[in-house]
Amino acid sequence: MATLESLADVLRSKNAGPFQITIDIMFEKNDDYRRVLEAGVLTSERIARLYKVVPEKVRIIPFDRVRAIKITLPRRWGTRGSGSGFDRDVYGAQQHGPLCGLEIP
Amino acid sequence: MINLVKKSGEGHMEEMRIVALNGNLGYGYDVQSLEAGLSLKPQLLGGDAGSTDAGPYYLGSGTALVKREQVHRDLSNALIRARAAKIPFVIGSAGMAGGEPNLQWVKRILIDIAREEGLHFKLATIHAEIDKAEICKALRNGSITPMDDVPELTQDSVMQSERIVGQMGTQPFANALAAGADVVLAGRSCDTAIYAALPIARGYDPGLALHMAKIMECGAQCAIPLAPNDSLLGVIRQDHFLIRPLAQHRICTPDSVAAHTMYEQGDPLVIYEPEGRVDLDQAEFEQIDRQTVRVSGSRFTAAPRLRIKLEGARRIGYRAFTIAGVRDASVIRNLDVIESTVRGAVRRNLSVAVKDADFRLEFTYYGRDAVLGELEPDRHIPPREVGVLIEVIANDQLTASYVLSLARSSFLHCPFEGRKTTAGNLAFPFSPSDIEAGQVFEFSAYHLMDVDDAASLFPIEYEEV
Repeated sequence: MATLESLADVLRSKNAGPFQITIDIMFEKNDDYRRVLEAGVLTSERIARLYKVVPEKVRIIPFDRVRAIKITLPRRWGTRGSGSGFDRDVYGAQQHGPLCGLEIP
Repeated sequence: MINLVKKSGEGHMEEMRIVALNGNLGYGYDVQSLEAGLSLKPQLLGGDAGSTDAGPYYLGSGTALVKREQVHRDLSNALIRARAAKIPFVIGSAGMAGGEPNLQWVKRILIDIAREEGLHFKLATIHAEIDKAEICKALRNGSITPMDDVPELTQDSVMQSERIVGQMGTQPFANALAAGADVVLAGRSCDTAIYAALPIARGYDPGLALHMAKIMECGAQCAIPLAPNDSLLGVIRQDHFLIRPLAQHRICTPDSVAAHTMYEQGDPLVIYEPEGRVDLDQAEFEQIDRQTVRVSGSRFTAAPRLRIKLEGARRIGYRAFTIAGVRDASVIRNLDVIESTVRGAVRRNLSVAVKDADFRLEFTYYGRDAVLGELEPDRHIPPREVGVLIEVIANDQLTASYVLSLARSSFLHCPFEGRKTTAGNLAFPFSPSDIEAGQVFEFSAYHLMDVDDAASLFPIEYEEV
C-alpha cells in the first residue's frame, strides 16, 4: 500500500473557471500512473463521497500522454462562484487535500 | 541552439514568430528574455493582463489586482522595444477584468508612457462591456447557456450586475491589426485570441494557432523552471508549431508543454474557444533541441455558431473581519461551544433595527479545517494553535463593522465550562483589530451567449497617440 500523495509527482487543484475545481494528479513514472489507474480507487463514486457531491458531477479523465489523471468537480466552497461570500479558497489551489491520503494497493 | 528563423519565401510566409511577454501584465519579466525574443524578428508581441482567477472583485469594482507601478514597468519596457522593432504590441483583458474602468486605467498608463518616452503610434482600444439590454434580449430568445455547475441566468441577475463583459475571440483583434494598429489594447479577451488572431488571419491552421496561443498565454509557465513572469517564443508553421522559453536557463520538454495544456482546464484533451474546439488527443510533442518543443496534430472543428462567454459581477454587501490566535487547549476544545455562545450574545446585544437578514456572521478556524471545512479528513486531531477568522458580510459597511465589533468582544471574553484563561480567549496581532474590507462581489454571470456579429459587440476605437 502507498498513499496517492507519495506516488504522485504533482498533486494540485485549481479553479477551472469560477464554478469548478480541477485536480491534476501527475506521475513521473509510467508504472505509478498505471498502478493508480488500475487500482480502481479513483472512481467517481469514491471521489463524490470524499467531496460530498453526487457522482454524476465528478469527471475523471486520464491523459496518457503526460501520465496524468484529471478530476473535475463543482466547487464545494464559494458555490456562488470563486470569491463569493465565505469562500474558503478563491483560486481553488488547496482543494486536493481529501485525495492525499488515499491508499493505493 | 539551432536557428529557428526560416527565411520567408516569395509572397508566402513560411512561419510566424510571436513573443509572449509574460503570463500576466504586472507580474514582471526579464528584459533580457524579451530582447532575446525581439532579436528573432517576431511579427507580434503580446501580453495577457487578466483572469477571473482572483475572483469577482476586480470586475465588480473595476480595479486591478496589480499596482500601477507594476503595469507601468511591464508596459514601458515592452512598448519602447515593440515600437523600435516596428511590430504590433497586443494586450488582452486589460486591468484584470477587462471592463470599461479596467480598460481605461491601463490606457491612461499606456498614454502616460507614450508621453514620457516621446512615442507615437496608432492605438486601437477594443471595448468588451456588453449592454445589459442586449443580454436580456438574448435571455428572452433562449440564446444564453450556463457553463457547467453555474446557476441559470435571470433578468434580475443581469440587471443587478455592476457590469458584464464578454470574452472576445480572435476577430476583433484581427480587425484592429488589419486596420494597421501598432498597439492593440483590449478589454476582456479569450487568452488565446491575443496570440492566435494574427496567425489565423494570415491563413495558419486555427487548431495549431489556438493550441499554441493556449500555451503562450501563461508566459514561461510551461517551462522548467516554470515562470509566469518570463517571456516565451511561439513559432507557427504550416503543420506544426514550436514553443521555446526565451531565458537561457529555462527549457521546455514534451512533458512540460503537454502538461501545461491541461492547466486550469476542465478537460485536458479539448480546448473550447468561441471559434470552435481544438482536439488534442492526436497531438504530438517532440523535443527538437535543448529548449524547444515541436507540437503537431492539434485538430480544429469550427463551432456551428459563434458563442461568447459572459462574465458579470454583482455586489452582495460589505465585509468586516478580524483575525486572532488561540493557544489555550481548552479554548481550542471548546471552539464550537464558544461560537454558538457568541452568536447568541451578538443577537442579544444588537440593536433591534438590525435584522437577521441584514448580515451574515461566520467563524473560520485555521489549523483545524479552514481550507476544507467538513471535507477535512483530519479535523478530529486537536491542533496546538488555531487562527480564528471572524467575518461579517452585511448590507452596509457600518452594520458589518458593528456586528463584527460585538462578535469580537464576545469571543474574547466568552465563558465556557472549565475555562482557566479568564483574561481573554484570543491573541490579536493588530491594533486596531478589526478591518473594514469594503465591497464584496460575486459572479452573477458565467454564461455563453449566441452571437451573430462579434464586431458589433466589441467596438474598436482608433486614435493616433
